[in-house]
Amino acid sequence: MTANTYDAIVVGGGHNGLTNAAYLAKSGLNVLVLERRGFVGGAAITEELHPGFSFTTFSYALSLLRPEIIHELDLVEHGFMPLLMPTAFSPMENGDYLLMTEDEQFNDLEIARHSKRDVDAYHRWGHDLDRVIQVAKPLFDAAPPDIFSDDPADQADVAWMMKQLRGADKKTLHDLVRFLTGSCADLLDDYFESDIVKSSIASSSIIGNKVGPMSQGSGLVLLYHLIGEQDGHHGVWGFHKGGNGGFTQVLQRAAEAYGATVRVESPVDHVITKDNRATGVVLDDGTEYSAPIVVSALDPRRTFTELVDPRELPSDLNEAISRYRFQGTSAKVNFALDDLPVFPALKGRIDHFGGFVNIGESLEYLERAYDDAKYGWYSQKPFIDGAIQSVVDPDMAPPGKHVMSCFIQYAPYELKGSDWDTERQSFGDTVQAVLETHFPGFGDLVLHREVVTPLDIERVAGLTEGNIFLGEFLAPQMYFMRPAPGYARYNTPIEGYYQCGSGTHPGGCVSGGPGKLAAMRILADKVR
Amino acid sequence: MLMKTTPFHPRLNELNQTGLYGHWAGYLSALRYDLAAKHEYFAVRNSAGYFDTSPLYKYRITGPDAELFLAGVMTRDVRRCRPGQAMYTVWCDDAGYVLEDGVVFREAEDDWLLTAADPNLGYLEDLVGRLRVSIEDVSADYGMLAVQGPRSREILAALAPEVSDLPFFGLTPAKVGGAPVVISRTGYTGDLGYEVRVEADDALGVLDKIIQAGDGQGFRPFGEEALLMLRIEAGLSLINVEFSSARYAFTDAERFTPKELGFGWMLGKNGATLGDERPFIGRRAIERELRDGTSRWATVGLWIDWEAYRDLHLEHGLIVPKDENPVPWESMLYGGPDRDERVGYATSFMYSPVLQRHIAMARVLPEYAAKGSTVHLEITVDHEYLSVPATTDRLPLFNPARKTGSARELAPISMRMEQR
Repeated sequence: MTANTYDAIVVGGGHNGLTNAAYLAKSGLNVLVLERRGFVGGAAITEELHPGFSFTTFSYALSLLRPEIIHELDLVEHGFMPLLMPTAFSPMENGDYLLMTEDEQFNDLEIARHSKRDVDAYHRWGHDLDRVIQVAKPLFDAAPPDIFSDDPADQADVAWMMKQLRGADKKTLHDLVRFLTGSCADLLDDYFESDIVKSSIASSSIIGNKVGPMSQGSGLVLLYHLIGEQDGHHGVWGFHKGGNGGFTQVLQRAAEAYGATVRVESPVDHVITKDNRATGVVLDDGTEYSAPIVVSALDPRRTFTELVDPRELPSDLNEAISRYRFQGTSAKVNFALDDLPVFPALKGRIDHFGGFVNIGESLEYLERAYDDAKYGWYSQKPFIDGAIQSVVDPDMAPPGKHVMSCFIQYAPYELKGSDWDTERQSFGDTVQAVLETHFPGFGDLVLHREVVTPLDIERVAGLTEGNIFLGEFLAPQMYFMRPAPGYARYNTPIEGYYQCGSGTHPGGCVSGGPGKLAAMRILADKVR
Repeated sequence: MLMKTTPFHPRLNELNQTGLYGHWAGYLSALRYDLAAKHEYFAVRNSAGYFDTSPLYKYRITGPDAELFLAGVMTRDVRRCRPGQAMYTVWCDDAGYVLEDGVVFREAEDDWLLTAADPNLGYLEDLVGRLRVSIEDVSADYGMLAVQGPRSREILAALAPEVSDLPFFGLTPAKVGGAPVVISRTGYTGDLGYEVRVEADDALGVLDKIIQAGDGQGFRPFGEEALLMLRIEAGLSLINVEFSSARYAFTDAERFTPKELGFGWMLGKNGATLGDERPFIGRRAIERELRDGTSRWATVGLWIDWEAYRDLHLEHGLIVPKDENPVPWESMLYGGPDRDERVGYATSFMYSPVLQRHIAMARVLPEYAAKGSTVHLEITVDHEYLSVPATTDRLPLFNPARKTGSARELAPISMRMEQR
């Protein structure tokens, strides 16, 4: 074996690439991970962009991570440490707020301030949701079946899928279909009357997708975000120690402990193919590495139109990829703060900053924010999902100082009549104005501001059109149709060439699911 | 009759958002301060927290024969505890069964302080005989504050530089804001941590200084609920949970020897560290037990098989429970070819957030003591007694290098990227 020969090469050192590499290496393969940037992590990185302040530039929280990956890759051994978010805070423009905690009785009192009938509605909502998740989760956790195949093994997979659904009672199955096809607003209107209670849930129905909470399809986005868990608690999110970059550092150590080699500053130009077989890769600088297995952790467009020559692919795949929707619509504005922001009604307190700070006080607020994006502009009053991570992870900032990650919607990739390089700072000002409304004096606290537009997400993290999920969560591009009907089983029409990014099932967020399921597929193919 | 309050209580009560208190040795003791005990738990594992440990019984033992006296009572050879050191030990009855555990702090050649969970003054005084020793109950004279967690050293060193190079189980006098204190590198969390002892009148002032030193660093008070999570991960036995005092037992099944409780390390191999020419209560029985190998139990940690635990609940149509609050009852352990032989019992069982696993402290038959042995833990699922496999391991299951180490341990993840 020559120095540049491996059993498998993974293109892209994001969290799915690393997960995939770790599983392959654990099974004994000699694996090489090639990362374009100077460090791994992809969109799950932590950077010291201002001295002493660690920013989660892009992805900033954990929930969807498949718990079995933690065990199977021995991540605790390598420093895995998800921290509890003790609170979720939804401030309102009139100075009121909704503060949800780990204490159910406190939460009941808090909801009752806004609506007494929403108190038990909240309990019923939680239970009904858990029932839906019980049905959906096995499908989320397994490779999608090939429903187009006559092969008995594939037919058995289809039968397994149907069996999962048949296990559900009528109400739960109906709820599931309403989630998968309907709007978040319709679902929430069944339960709640309070705007702030509804909107605090509805924020999960729009993240990363160009939909409003009243749009059909937002139910699917909501279900996807709530299917996650933290220490066994469904729908709960946490911060990894050191941010999500801390998490991908853990993954790198795990992969390396299993024997994988990680090379940074190694941008791959293309995959070498011979007789419709992958045989290796070439870097931008001409260096060649060979391996009979090449795995792309990049998005579907890069996987099928840039790394390989589309002329080697069947036309139905090419057509499906060309119409696969990215249309990134999210941005980040990250702040280094001299002190905690002040919410006047909770002056002198800190506990409401323990988790997400959700700005967008009603379904109408969120939907109107979406309206701007629909017609080609960023929201004039955007939805903000803030997270002052240094409150629960003091190592992120100097004592008494703070980092605040703000996820912003909507910020459409394509702006009508302008571009993001022109609009970057005025967009940042728009976001900061909303923060100033809720936290008077916010601007005086800002030591540093980092605006991350969809264009930056595309340029820096390499996600096409800045879509954080490597493709929207739309029914026609989920499950056995992600990224394309008939090409959802991690292999590709090019033998030895695989896909393991979030553009494959189950999809985006730091789940590790695509990376793991692709590894299972690769290892099964090797045996065959 | 009201319970007493500790010297720190006026301030800590202001910080308590829950109003939840238990009773501990006659004092109000906060169960938690925050709405989530797990939040307090993470403060200790990830930053630092402080716990009011004042209700512990405290005895000052002084006089030219103090060392001789303690050496005759304590199971560990406390003569090796030099001035400026502390030592964790048990004390036993004549049959070699454990009466209690506690820490001795040797502040000077003839000046010791002993902490204990239960009252012991009468017992100790009766043992003095003709020795030149005086024993004084100083329980109410001091406040004791445990400051625990990765940042505890930095926070305390900002007030008392002596803390910087204090070794594990070392102690030092110091001054905090002019008030004399004794700081020891001890605790009950299995993390880097210290305990600060201060005279009752100075307690509030010292507490305020310490809180101030940790300001802006996620430093928060923690209560008993968080402590119970921390101590199980740390493999630290709790009296009346892992064992009860042989003093109040009715049968030998309720009594345990140090070796059976996992304190074999106090004795050394074949009693090698018991010390020469040191008669102490229980010595002959302990030596006989070690020589004849008559220990009935071994104390181990358990890793519960996560897959079996998960599948058992999923098969029953349940959400997989992961509760960091320890279960307050004993759970049987089974073994043998048909898994129908009782081979021990778990004394503490919980889901560990930092280890991401269900873990337990357990007592098993000696043949199951070897690391990696398989036992089957009984749990109830849908009102049915079922079992899941578990693997034995040495305690503690969570044992970070910072607990005993001297270097500043960086955050678990070095997240600071050099390049852009």
